[in-house]
Amino acid sequence: MAASRDFVSRKLHSLLGVIPLGLFVIQHLTVNYFATRGPEAFNDAAHFMESLPYRYVLEIFVIFLPLLFHAIYGVYIAFQSKNNVSRYGYLRNWMFYLQRISGVVVLIFVTWHVWQTRLQAAMGAEVNYQMMVDILSNPAMMIFYIIGVLGTVFHFANGLWSFFVSWGFTVTPKSQRVMTYVTMIIFVALSVVGMRALFAFV
Amino acid sequence: MMSEKKTVTLKIKRQDGPDSASYEETFTIPYRQNMNVISALMEIRRNPVNANGEKTTPVIWEMGCLEEVCGACSMVINGKPRQSCTALLDQLEQPIRLAPMTTFPVVRDLAVDRSRMFDALKKVKAWIPIDGTYDLGPGPRMPENKRQWAYELSKCMTCGVCLEACPNVNSRSEFIGPAAVSQVRLFNAHPTGAMNKEERLEGLMGDGGLANCGNSQNCVQSCPKGIPLTTSIAAMNRATSLQTFKNFFGSDH
Repeated sequence: MAASRDFVSRKLHSLLGVIPLGLFVIQHLTVNYFATRGPEAFNDAAHFMESLPYRYVLEIFVIFLPLLFHAIYGVYIAFQSKNNVSRYGYLRNWMFYLQRISGVVVLIFVTWHVWQTRLQAAMGAEVNYQMMVDILSNPAMMIFYIIGVLGTVFHFANGLWSFFVSWGFTVTPKSQRVMTYVTMIIFVALSVVGMRALFAFV
Repeated sequence: MMSEKKTVTLKIKRQDGPDSASYEETFTIPYRQNMNVISALMEIRRNPVNANGEKTTPVIWEMGCLEEVCGACSMVINGKPRQSCTALLDQLEQPIRLAPMTTFPVVRDLAVDRSRMFDALKKVKAWIPIDGTYDLGPGPRMPENKRQWAYELSKCMTCGVCLEACPNVNSRSEFIGPAAVSQVRLFNAHPTGAMNKEERLEGLMGDGGLANCGNSQNCVQSCPKGIPLTTSIAAMNRATSLQTFKNFFGSDH
């Protein structure tokens, strides 16, 4: 018997969030981090990514298609839930709620970010250190990017926790608790990476 | 010196029928020692007069065992879903607020229709088929250590508190809820039940099944029986993940 659409969609949604999207987020943040070594290092790293072979295939299958599915199905999931943190203020219920809020925040941020960088590049602009300096010289944009990056990193780290439960890796309460610590350390570590890169442009 | 008679005030969310609007009615009843919410409701039934002294209809609720094993008398008491039989008035802040659980359709007043839970049990085949045309003899034995944790799962009384606490069980979703998921783990752990474990896992993998869980883990915090529901959910996540591979790639066992 074939698994239901619910089951396949949910599992696919969980998987895509980690592979490839989570890995892509880490890779993206790592390239950004070159900015801490100065404009030249960043431009070289960005140029290396740009000049990868079969770049469009990578972009479509590693980034855009998984992102579209994860985002659209994620919004459907988020608006299906009836949040109740005011009555059930437990940590995991808060994380459940924040996962849905951050998901929507990330969707808005990523849409804008893709428009501002990748689509501008498609229309002839050059994505480089100077482009980010220009964008982030606007304080409102800087705040928007800080919220966006922190939201993304949280959504990934906490989503990783859910991934481990949803696929049946962490079954015991103890292993789930340990994963809470591990994923929150990942959240803090990636936040440092993201923030240091952002502030390297100002 | 005799002080004035002690009373108890209850604010009850009422509803005359499945489609009528809800309203609140206050009752003040004489206090007796060791009262629980059910005995308070019985007092109202005996003398259905509200706090304004007006005659009203008796408040409807459901009950069965009166010892927190049947699950019928669940309601929201002072904001918390629980069984009214074990809710002792001495331990509750007054006025005591009673409301029907919100996840289920209201039949009348505090009585709700928990059909979606029983439908869920049917969906996942939460039983052990042993009927046949001849005596099959005794089944395989169950190891004692397994029996001990399985016993904890068997305490589920389909009371609905975990579904009430779950943000993913609502009118917008078909999610079967934590209780039925844990029952699959119970029956799949049973040596005879394990003979049909794939059928139950297929039920969990159906629409509205296990994958709809969002891991808010409110269920395990709310279960009046302390059933490790989130452990059951994760264990069934593992079982259905493996079952998916077996189904797709093929397996003889």
